Amino acid sequence: MSDGISIGDRAPEFSLADTSGAEHAVGGDGRGDAAATVVYWTCNHCPYALAWQPRIHDVVADYGDRGVRFLAVNSNDPGRYPADSPAAMADRVEREGVWEHPFLHDPTQEVARAFGAQKTPDVFVFDRDLALRYRGAPDGDYDDEEQRAGWLREALDAVLAGHEVDRDETEPVGCSIKWR
Amino acid sequence: MEPAVEFLWWRECPSWERALTIVREEMERAGLPAAHLRVAEVNDEAAAERLGFPGSPTIRVRGEDIDPPGPDTPIGLTCRVYRRADGRVSPLPDPERVRSALAALADEQGKCR
Repeated sequence: MSDGISIGDRAPEFSLADTSGAEHAVGGDGRGDAAATVVYWTCNHCPYALAWQPRIHDVVADYGDRGVRFLAVNSNDPGRYPADSPAAMADRVEREGVWEHPFLHDPTQEVARAFGAQKTPDVFVFDRDLALRYRGAPDGDYDDEEQRAGWLREALDAVLAGHEVDRDETEPVGCSIKWR
Repeated sequence: MEPAVEFLWWRECPSWERALTIVREEMERAGLPAAHLRVAEVNDEAAAERLGFPGSPTIRVRGEDIDPPGPDTPIGLTCRVYRRADGRVSPLPDPERVRSALAALADEQGKCR
């Protein structure tokens, strides 16, 4: 497995389909059109990812109109975890009705390996040049809604202001990505 | 003799330590001896199948799950999804549910003495 990327590295180029089949690219032609880009790993079956998801939706609502692009990625092996199949992802997006950003499927797991994603959730924040500025957990406690994905917000505030991110790396906490 | 309280966990789910702390604290609060707790790590799918393990952490009192999973919940190595009293999803069981299950056990044991 790849060790993935480090702070300051460029985002690996990729293109993945969302739950409606539309392709979303990062890097290449997709580069440079967002003030910041958040790529994060999540899934349907993991309680940590589920617990943090409403906080992430709130961040999307608060930063989406500030030029921040959000992409959720599921790389889990649906053979081992059927709840993470593309059909189940689509059902969830339809049922919940709150997804304002694409939920992408990584069928080969190559994107997760290129990034070095380990957990669900695992958050990567990139600046306008697609350089990695934050990687880790959304905040310090999966069980405390009051933390409001504060580490992710701090990183976005710094990137949007053109400042260094003080806390640029934290330990991702959650379920391991389910490799084939 | 079967332990009165069982705590089953899988190391890939980090909430197990916090959940175990809750169980130990609530046992102490209820006046239950620590010796009545059996902590068992579930390491593989065969063990999960044998134990009927629906995910980590699982807490059983007198063999009954304190938050019984639905009939369609698969058995296996996974992190367990709990729903709190306020509707939130959490990797931890509702502490009040842990407390009431252990208090009921303490009450039952008190009556048997």
